[in-house]
Amino acid sequence: MKSDTVFKYVLHLIAVIILALLSLIFITLFVNSLPSIKSLGLKFFISTRWNPVKGEFGALPFLVGTLITSFLALIISTPFSLSIAVFLSEYFKRGALSSVIRSGVELLSGIPSVIYGFWGLFVLVPVIRNLELKLHVPPYGVGIFTASLLLAIMIIPYSASIIREVMKLVPADLKEAAYSLGATRFEVLKGVVIPYSKSGITAGLILALGRALGETMAVTMVIGNANVLPTSIFAPSNTMASIIANEFSEAVDSIYLSSLVELGLLLIVVSAAINIISRWVIKRTSKV
Amino acid sequence: MESRVLEIKDFSMYYGDTKAVDNISMDVYKNKVTAIMGPSGCGKTTLLRSINRMHELVADTRTTGEIRLYDTEIHSISPIVLRRKIGMVFQRPNPFPTMSIYDNVIAGYKLNGIRLKRADRDIIVEDSLKKAALWEEVKDKLHRKGTFLSGGQQQRLCVARALAMKPEILLLDEPTSALDPKATTKIESLIEELKIYVTMVLVTHNMSQAARVSDYTAFLFLGELVEYGQTQKMFTTPEDKRTEEYLTGKFG
Ligand SMILES: Nc1ncnc2c1ncn2[C@@H]1O[C@H](COP(=O)(O)OP(=O)(O)OP(=O)(O)O)[C@@H](O)[C@H]1O
Ligand SMILES: [Mg+2]
Repeated sequence: MKSDTVFKYVLHLIAVIILALLSLIFITLFVNSLPSIKSLGLKFFISTRWNPVKGEFGALPFLVGTLITSFLALIISTPFSLSIAVFLSEYFKRGALSSVIRSGVELLSGIPSVIYGFWGLFVLVPVIRNLELKLHVPPYGVGIFTASLLLAIMIIPYSASIIREVMKLVPADLKEAAYSLGATRFEVLKGVVIPYSKSGITAGLILALGRALGETMAVTMVIGNANVLPTSIFAPSNTMASIIANEFSEAVDSIYLSSLVELGLLLIVVSAAINIISRWVIKRTSKV
Repeated sequence: MESRVLEIKDFSMYYGDTKAVDNISMDVYKNKVTAIMGPSGCGKTTLLRSINRMHELVADTRTTGEIRLYDTEIHSISPIVLRRKIGMVFQRPNPFPTMSIYDNVIAGYKLNGIRLKRADRDIIVEDSLKKAALWEEVKDKLHRKGTFLSGGQQQRLCVARALAMKPEILLLDEPTSALDPKATTKIESLIEELKIYVTMVLVTHNMSQAARVSDYTAFLFLGELVEYGQTQKMFTTPEDKRTEEYLTGKFG
C-alpha cells in the first residue's frame, strides 16, 4: 500500500472514532435520563418548580437562566470584542500598545474558570451589590447580571481573536478603493471592512455564545444558585451547567440523578440548536 | 497653449531610506492623457499614488518637493478632500463585493456619508455608467452584485465609481494588465472618450498602449524622470539615449 492510502485510512479511522465517541456520550446521557424522561415526560420542560425533596423536577428555570445569562453576556461582550478586533486589525497593527493588548487578551483566555469565579466573588459581587443599592433593587450581589458580566469578560478573548482574524482577511485593494474615494479610516471600516466580514463576525460571536452556554464553574460561583424562574436580571438564578455542578454530588435517588442528566442532555441539544441556527444565519448573510 | 491642471515640482518620495521617486518635475495638462512608462520597479506606481496621497497608507514614507492641483499644494489640504478631486482606478478590478452595481457607482457618496436625493443619485449613476460605456450592459441589472460582471466590465464599473465623484483628474495604474485583449481595447477607447470630461494620468507597462492613447508621455528610469513630452514626439524622436533604448526594447 502506498503511504498516501495508509494515511487516508488513518484519517478515516480517526473520524469514525470521533463520531463514535460523540454518539457514545449522547447515548450515555440518553440512557441515564430515561428514568426521568419516563416519569416526568413533558412536565420536565414546562414546570418551573425544582424541589428534589418533594420530587418536583422542572427544568424551565435553568433553561431560562442559561439563555438569559449567555445572551446577556454576548450583548455585553460584543462592543468590546469588536473594538478590540478593530483596534488590533485596523488602527494599531504594530507597536508596543498593540502587543500589550494582544497578549493581554491571550492571557485572559488562559485563566482557569475557577479563578474567574474567585475574582467575580471578591471584586464583581461587591461592585454589583453597590450598584443594586443605588438602583433600589434587592442587593444580593450575586445573580444573573453578575454572572453575565463575568461570562462576558471570559468570552471576549474568543470572539475578539476570531473577529480580528476575519477582518485581516479583507482584501487590501478593497480598502484602497474606498480610501481613493475619499473615505476616512472609520468610513472604510464601516462601509467596507465590516460588511465584508459580517458573516465571519457572526461566526465569532456565536462561538463565544457557545462557550458562554456551557461555562460552569465561574457561573456557579456568582449566580446565586436559586432554583426558581428569575424575576429580574439582578435576581439570583441557576444555569443548566451550574445546577448540575452544584447538585450532582447530593443527588441520591435515581429520578433526581436522572433529571440532572436530562438537564445535561438538554444543554447539549440547546448548544447544537444554536450552532445549527447560526450556521444557517452565516450562510444567509454571506450569500453575496 | 495647454492649460495646466497639475504641477509636480522637485518631487521626491522615500520608503524609509530608499528613494523611489527622485526629484521629478513635470506638468499635467487639462483634458489630456499623460502616460507614465518605464521598466518594472522604476517608481511609476509610487509617483501616481503620490498624486492622490495614497502612499500615506504605507507606514514610514516621506516626500519632498511640491505637487500643485491648480494653485493648491496637495499637502496643504486634507487627503480626504484631495482624493475626492483625484480619482483612481487600480490594476486589478476591485468593485465592492458586498454592494450592488448601483451602490458601487454611488459608493464614494455613501462611504463619505453624503446624502443625495433619490433622483440625483439615479442621475449620477446613469451618467457615470454611460461615461464608462457600461450603461447599456448593466441598465437592467443595476441592483445585482457587481462581482457577477466580467473582468472588463468590473474595471469599467470601477471607472464609473471614480467618475461619479466628478474628479478633476483620474489616475489609472495599469488598468488593463489584468484584462484580456478585447477588454483592453474597450478600456483604451474608453480612455479616449473620457478625455472631454477628465484629465487622466495612466501608468502602463505597455509601450504601444502609451503610444495609442496618450497625448504626453513621461519615461521614468530608476526613480528619475528621463524624458517628458508629447507622445508622438517621444516615440519618433526621443532625446535621451535611455528612452530610445527602452523604446527599441533593449531593456525593460
Ligand atoms: N510599500 C513599499 N515599501 C517599500 N518599498 C516599496 C514599496 N512599494 C514600492 N517600493 C519600492 O519602490 C520602488 C518603486 O516601486 P513602484 O511600485 O512604484 O514601481 P513601478 O514602476 O510601479 O513597478 P511595476 O511596473 O512593477 O508596477 C521599487 O524599488 C519598489 O521596490
Ligand atoms: Mg506599478
